[in-house]
Amino acid sequence: MTHGVFLFLTTFLASGVEAVEALTIVLAVGVVRGWRSPLIGVGAAALVLAVIVAVLGPALRLIPIDTLRLVVGALLLVFGLQWLRKAILRSSGYKALHDESAAFREEQELAASASTEQRAGMDWYSFTVAFKGVLLEGLEVVFIVVTFGAAQGRLPLAAAAAAAAVLAVAGFGLLVRAPLERVPENTIKFAVGLLLTSFGVFWGGEGAGVSWPGEDLAILGILAFLALVSVVLVRQLRRVRVAALPAEAGA
Amino acid sequence: MSHIRRFAAFWWDFIVGDDWVVAAGVAAGLGLSALLADRDVAAWWVLPATVVLVLVVSLRRATRRGG
Repeated sequence: MTHGVFLFLTTFLASGVEAVEALTIVLAVGVVRGWRSPLIGVGAAALVLAVIVAVLGPALRLIPIDTLRLVVGALLLVFGLQWLRKAILRSSGYKALHDESAAFREEQELAASASTEQRAGMDWYSFTVAFKGVLLEGLEVVFIVVTFGAAQGRLPLAAAAAAAAVLAVAGFGLLVRAPLERVPENTIKFAVGLLLTSFGVFWGGEGAGVSWPGEDLAILGILAFLALVSVVLVRQLRRVRVAALPAEAGA
Repeated sequence: MSHIRRFAAFWWDFIVGDDWVVAAGVAAGLGLSALLADRDVAAWWVLPATVVLVLVVSLRRATRRGG
């Protein structure tokens, strides 16, 4: 039950935050150059992502469960730590927060200055930018959905959570026709990073033959421990950054 | 050749990301866990400790080179 809730929550949040970034790209191109070609690009990328899920999901089930958990744990740990590392750097001020409106303006300027080459009856620039944007933002989510879903044997639940998030973001996008600036992206990325890393530690450990004290409940302990460590690291980095400011200003 | 190189670069970037220390640390932590578990030594602490160590080292590298 707890695993199911975490599975849904993690894939929903990860998909949502990546969908916000993909939406920014598609909106910027669509507003400047028209909607037909970017929407075909979105559809084509969604199709490719769905094929990857449909092929990889069942293929992973053929792997013995311990090996699967070791591989899945390793992948979730690597992805989770990357998300967590960036979120800590952003929270402590070492990395700029992701600014959707700035990304939107930048993408609009590029779209306005690009050539108007027609291929296959489409504005090729709009199609490729939307296709690449959705594919690249979606690929990591697909890996999270497939690995998370396969490790728990609940691929349909993971896919449903991802689809729900994408539909919610796309719905808001259609309503407001503007990038979703008020989504607390860094907080969500922090939460996703913590969840992915915690499950990566748990499943990677199980795959490696580790016996967890408290069995499944160990996940909650790992999550609480990593949250505490992350908060301490953010505070420590903030202190270091602030302490370095007068020295930099005086230099 | 450039296609193969670009394909390899994409997957390197996708899996390894901004700092190779993360992937290397994860591999080392999983390896040590498996080694200890195989010898019936309690290994549950290895991966949480690895995560802390990897985060500290990787963040220090990132902040020294400016993000």
